[in-house]
Amino acid sequence: MTTAINPSVTLQATGLVRRFGALLATDHVSLSLVPGEIHALIGPNGAGKSTLIHLLSGTLSADEGTLVIDGTDVTRLNAHQRVAAGLSRSYQITNIFKSFSVLDNLLLAVQAHAGSSFRFWKSRSADRSLYDAAHALARQCAIAEDLLERSAATLPHGEQRKLEFALALAARPSVLLLDEPMAGMGPDETLRLTDLIESLRGQATMLLVEHDMQAVFRLADRISVLVYGRIVATGTPDEIRANPEVRKAYLGDEDSFVDSAVQSQEQVPC
Amino acid sequence: MRKSTIAAWVVLLVLAAFPFIAGAMEIDFYVSVLRRVLIYAIAATSLNLILGYGGMVALGHAAFLGVGAYAVGILDAYGLQAAWLVWPAATVIAGALALLIGMVSLRTRGVYFIMITLAFAQMVYYVFISLREYGGEDGLNLYGYSLLPGVDLADSTSFYYVVLILFAIVMWAFGRLVNSRFGTALQGIRENESRMESLGYPVFRLKLVAFVISGAVAGLAGALLANHNLFISPSMMHWTQSANLLVMVLVGGIGLRYGGVVGAVVMLALEEILRMWTTYWHLPLGILLLCVVFGAPRGIAGLVAPRFGKSTVRETQS
Repeated sequence: MTTAINPSVTLQATGLVRRFGALLATDHVSLSLVPGEIHALIGPNGAGKSTLIHLLSGTLSADEGTLVIDGTDVTRLNAHQRVAAGLSRSYQITNIFKSFSVLDNLLLAVQAHAGSSFRFWKSRSADRSLYDAAHALARQCAIAEDLLERSAATLPHGEQRKLEFALALAARPSVLLLDEPMAGMGPDETLRLTDLIESLRGQATMLLVEHDMQAVFRLADRISVLVYGRIVATGTPDEIRANPEVRKAYLGDEDSFVDSAVQSQEQVPC
Repeated sequence: MRKSTIAAWVVLLVLAAFPFIAGAMEIDFYVSVLRRVLIYAIAATSLNLILGYGGMVALGHAAFLGVGAYAVGILDAYGLQAAWLVWPAATVIAGALALLIGMVSLRTRGVYFIMITLAFAQMVYYVFISLREYGGEDGLNLYGYSLLPGVDLADSTSFYYVVLILFAIVMWAFGRLVNSRFGTALQGIRENESRMESLGYPVFRLKLVAFVISGAVAGLAGALLANHNLFISPSMMHWTQSANLLVMVLVGGIGLRYGGVVGAVVMLALEEILRMWTTYWHLPLGILLLCVVFGAPRGIAGLVAPRFGKSTVRETQS
């Protein structure tokens, strides 16, 4: 099977299918991200967002379909090879190195993309460039300098989420998969992380899975709606707001969807 | 110089002076005892690399030790005794075996990894039991020591110094290795394997390389042990030997640079001392193990080592 490679898209998923027994968790999903866009993926609980993230990042393999990143077919590559191909992810449930210091977390993330890790003799602490890159990453993600020596486990939740984000960003990915980056954050922290993601607009193409509709409608250039494993609509925030099928999918939850959509419209004039 | 570096040099000097001290006190026998301790310290340190730094709980390490010893023994049976040839051969063969075992077993995790490494080690054990021409279950006596130009290993003290030099080199290289990029990546895998994968690390390959290095160094220890005993037998690779090494690392200090050394010293010294009093020396040893697990979960070396390498945790003032 040949895949048409389109250079004007950063990520091209075509007909992705994943079954768990009789359950069709991902039902012929096709998705394309254009360079630099922030593309939000929303959908009710159980719609298959997590499965789709796993398929894209390579922790689950697809039963059917292809995935192309920056013109490279990565369908058959495993998770770490896909990172090398330019796709990096963050986790919904904070997945950091808890017993390491914050700096050691950042150093590990930076080292993965700065030359080989099969160097057995030279001490890592002699590698100034790693430290410079780690500090730069901390600054970029607004992680305070005086937190760097602390063990990651002792950080407050909001700081851990920033670290989580920083680890994903270290790869300088062309596609960044953000799996509910705002999960469990308070309103202030959410706002700050939203600003941080906003500041990266254009530097990386982002697929944002998020329940916080305010953040979604503020950040997203385009939104795709996933229901029962299928993408039922893709469009600009305005189109999605107006889409009757989307409203139906959020039925029962409709008020909250419309409320937050309207609320965000008031905040951000489009 | 850092405190730990000074301490290491002091210990090394004491070890180097030991044959003279033992000679003066007329306890020459203990030179050979200490030699055996150093050989086991090398083996335990090699296990500590994968167990303490890589988080791989392998219960088959004695297989590499045994294969290294058999490499020396079998080559000896064919008249090959040159140390510069047979010791590297033992190292390479044990490393190759580790590559084969690792390629399969490292695809599993946790309890399954323990079981599969145990299964492989028992397979190797039974293979050598079935090798009738090399003694089978009864083992095999070596014709003589490996030959080193200018050094006679039959002289207990000379052999001791050869072991001490190799021990020092292994410990030095081990210290470099665990602080290198490779070593820090390995520790990242121990802490959080899935995140390492999603950061883009080739986790399987990193683990496999560590496994091979560990097996190869254990093979070198096996080659030394074969010379020390002038005898090889499959009992060297019995699973209880693997468990012994595991306990050494746990007692000494898992994931600490000198954990394997401390463990080997404590375990073998206790064995030696308790055996003077009772043939049932396993019981007090078991009690010690309980005390360590509850009183010093990071091992005996963990009682003096800082909790966090150099980037220590600052207590928050708030």
